Amino acid sequence: MNNALFSAALCGGSLAAGFLGALTGLGGGVVIVPLLTIAFGVDMRYAIGASLISVIATSSGAAAAYVREGFSNVRVGMLLEIATSLGALTGAAVAAYVPTAGLAILLGVVLLFSAFAPAHKEDRRDLAPPDPDSLGAKLNLNSTYPGPRGMIPYNVQRVPLGFGIMGIAGLLSGLLGIGSGAVKVLAMDLAMGLPFKVSTTTSNFMIGVTAAASAGVYLHRGYIDPGLAMPVTLGVVAGSYVGAKLLARAQVRQLRTLFRVVILALGVEMIYNGLKGRV
Amino acid sequence: MPDPKTQDEQKQGDQKMDAQMGLLLRTGVLVSCAVMFAGAVLYLLRQGGERESYAVFQGEPASLRSISGILREARLGGARGLIQVGVLAMIATPVMRVAFAIFGFARQKQWTFTLVSLTVLALLAFGLFDRG
Repeated sequence: MNNALFSAALCGGSLAAGFLGALTGLGGGVVIVPLLTIAFGVDMRYAIGASLISVIATSSGAAAAYVREGFSNVRVGMLLEIATSLGALTGAAVAAYVPTAGLAILLGVVLLFSAFAPAHKEDRRDLAPPDPDSLGAKLNLNSTYPGPRGMIPYNVQRVPLGFGIMGIAGLLSGLLGIGSGAVKVLAMDLAMGLPFKVSTTTSNFMIGVTAAASAGVYLHRGYIDPGLAMPVTLGVVAGSYVGAKLLARAQVRQLRTLFRVVILALGVEMIYNGLKGRV
Repeated sequence: MPDPKTQDEQKQGDQKMDAQMGLLLRTGVLVSCAVMFAGAVLYLLRQGGERESYAVFQGEPASLRSISGILREARLGGARGLIQVGVLAMIATPVMRVAFAIFGFARQKQWTFTLVSLTVLALLAFGLFDRG
């Protein structure tokens, strides 16, 4: 395949990934590395570099739409970005010493986890009583979000635990070139008790910063190739733009199940390839 | 627990900042994609018929790894260098968002979060600056 055909095919594949990721709410960033390595035979290090840039693009593009709705919590996001950036820098530094087979297996495990991550959730939780001594209150993290009948206040709990999980999310992002949105949502939704929609939108807001922390390291290490980053980024951006536009009108249940199966299969394939040393 | 009024004001301040950040992010992505697209047109016109292989990792040449090298390469009219400028602009987009938040929080006199944002910016700069 010459460069023109290769770019077109890669752009098409990335477009599909971005489209499905945005439409199903599962995110397309996690499938870019397996797409490049399994379908296009690209070395994992080049794949990680290209994926990181596309992750920054989708996060930044989508965040612009979400922030206007008043769901994302900028202060929680910024505080936790200390943890994710530290994790991402560590991950990018460590990645140079981890054999690609090990990275492939780790990515496979993250894919399996992402395949089962919730894409939406009813906010049925009882509001925790405000605790003036909690770190969340002291740091002014508590806020409100739009509900069906006006703004609903919420309290931020277990800040240190959330911070720790965010460090792991950053580490995975820096090691594997993914956004690790599923782990970020886990930290905010389950550990810190934030409403689900606040968790997902704040996570999206944070992904770009996390990815930017390690992208610089990868650029200097020569992992980011323009011939790969260009078709992947342009494809993913176009795909997720269209996906987000269709979101309101689409019946996504079956599509989401289908995409989960794809993510699951890619995860199994990555683990298998890693164990066989074929990466 | 801050009294409801301050929390309300805080929320309003946050939302205003959010909206400006959103605009900044979207502009950044648009500009980066436009530069990448321009580079793509040049790249495919000149090297579209060649075959690049990515199966074996070799790493990028020094001219496409450092900020100074990339800018030099693009000034010389290199297509791959121009795409890489788009890549740099994409990486810079969330960095600008954090820099903007520093001013946003400082204007609201929220010093804790001004410091938090400064810390994040320092971590990002650490990853981004050219080594050696």
